[in-house]
Amino acid sequence: MFELNRKTIILSIALLALVLLPPLSIALDESYVISSMSRVLIFAMAAISLDLIVGYGAMISFGHAAFVGLGAYTAAILGFHFHEDIAMFSFPFEFSGSNQLLISLLLAMLVAAVVAAITGMICLRTHGIHFIMITLAFAQMLYYLFISLDYYGGEDGLVMLARNELPWVDLADDSQFYYLCLLFLVAYLVLSLRLVNSQFGRVVRGCKINEQRMQALGFNTYWYRLVAYVIAATGAALAGALLANKTEFVDPGLFSWHLSGELLVMVILGGMGSIYGAVIGAIVYLLLEQIFAAYTEHWMFFLGPVLILVVIRARHGIYGLLQKWWTANV
Amino acid sequence: MLLFIEQVLNGLQLGFMLFLLSAGLTLVFGVMNLINLAHGSFYMVGAYVAATVMLATGSFTLALLLALLSAALCGLLVEIIVLRHLYQRDHLDQVLATFGLILFFNETTRMIWGRQPLFMDVPEAFAGSVEILPGVPYPLYRLLIIGIGLLVAGGLYLLISHTRLGMRIRAGASNRSMVAALGVNIRWLYSLVFALGALLAGFAGVMAAPVFAVESGMGESILILTFVVIVIGGIGSVKGALLGALLVGLVDTLGRAFLPDLLQWLFATPTANSIAASLASMAIYLLMAVILAFKPRGLFPA
Repeated sequence: MFELNRKTIILSIALLALVLLPPLSIALDESYVISSMSRVLIFAMAAISLDLIVGYGAMISFGHAAFVGLGAYTAAILGFHFHEDIAMFSFPFEFSGSNQLLISLLLAMLVAAVVAAITGMICLRTHGIHFIMITLAFAQMLYYLFISLDYYGGEDGLVMLARNELPWVDLADDSQFYYLCLLFLVAYLVLSLRLVNSQFGRVVRGCKINEQRMQALGFNTYWYRLVAYVIAATGAALAGALLANKTEFVDPGLFSWHLSGELLVMVILGGMGSIYGAVIGAIVYLLLEQIFAAYTEHWMFFLGPVLILVVIRARHGIYGLLQKWWTANV
Repeated sequence: MLLFIEQVLNGLQLGFMLFLLSAGLTLVFGVMNLINLAHGSFYMVGAYVAATVMLATGSFTLALLLALLSAALCGLLVEIIVLRHLYQRDHLDQVLATFGLILFFNETTRMIWGRQPLFMDVPEAFAGSVEILPGVPYPLYRLLIIGIGLLVAGGLYLLISHTRLGMRIRAGASNRSMVAALGVNIRWLYSLVFALGALLAGFAGVMAAPVFAVESGMGESILILTFVVIVIGGIGSVKGALLGALLVGLVDTLGRAFLPDLLQWLFATPTANSIAASLASMAIYLLMAVILAFKPRGLFPA
């Protein structure tokens, strides 16, 4: 598996660069880079989770940001109750929030899983563009729901007083937080690669190519697709909870269709159906955004045409180009 | 009761405005199998051009003409430069490319007109209000929107089912290569349909300019509503778009107007207001989810 070919060399160099980034940027006195790269890593995770259903399951969700938002709000609300010491509920036991990272992450994933299971049951009855639109509809509903939650800040959002806590790790330190995100990203990437190559993953991929044939083979494709949808939602919620910790602030904009669109752009730009592509897409998209933004206030004026060119010229995204290059002459 | 009639008219007015937008979108989808997220941008172009010309010259006719022309021209250019390459691709590529178009158009309007919203006055000829029932005055301009919506709906019906062009459009929707083989220049047919859709969107923009603020990004908020409309109606069906648009317009308007009162019977006032506000915003999405749950292909599947 670990042959010395162009692919492994490039992946190792990329990983090394990500590991060396914090000490290098501190040495170069540009330590703000660490914080913005943490954001990139978190979005890479969200993009991977979207790639799981878009690239492998042909479920083009235009509401994936909803699960990022749910994850982020779960972490923020738990933190809010913990710091204000107000009980969230008192039956069957008294619970007044938590500032433990592991608890936030687990609960974030749980909330997203429950919501995804319920909405997914309805969404998966539809196909194609109808699926795109109904996922969008549910995300919009959550968007308006959180705008109306005045208790948690409503439209203005909710400030987290401090990042969560984790034994032996100081999350308030940007470098340590960065490494935590990197660790989560690598772990999530490996897990996702294993998932898509597992028997479960093969069935879901089969549904993408020909769902009727999979049904004829005796698989209950509806349940397989629903489980895949729920798994993807938990990944997005994980990213959301980390994002809330990173920015220490959440607002309903996290549910917006704009963010869902951006996640889709990352997946397609990087090359969908390849897991690595989602990471590349997130890094390239967010870096392009920052580079253009550094030169001009009107960065979208340039980013838009770049996206269009990528779609028309590079059909399998950046990862497709790379793949062509490293399989060409090994 | 009088309030109810007024709100129903408001709902119809929103509905017909949505119809102008969704008719073009659903035609483009039905004929070319293309998802165009940038449809709202033509609406925005129409509104901006109309507001600018109106401010500069004061003539509504001129504003209307130039706005329609520029929206159609934008549509034509976008079709020729970008979208022509995407008909054979899957929906995902189309979503990405047209998302890029949205960014481009929004930023371009921001560069030309700045971040401040423009405001356009209601043209003088339609400024007053009429008494539709004794004691119920209603703004003339809003009635005009309803009337124009009805006219466009009738015109589209005639165009699609009773003209040679309409016949070709319908044929192109069901089998592109067959129509091409019969000697129809399908490329120009597609460009024409696309420009027509953009023109209708621009028309909606002109109508909306005096009612809403004209600002960059105004296309997206209404675009989402438009997508809800065509999904409810059944994608590709103009009849579905009309029904869906009126349904969405009425549900949204009546929900916002009457939900707070209804909920006040159940809850204390502040709770009722906050719940009602979010329920009213969610109402159309709930409607869409319910309809898709029972009819996964919309009310009038094409």
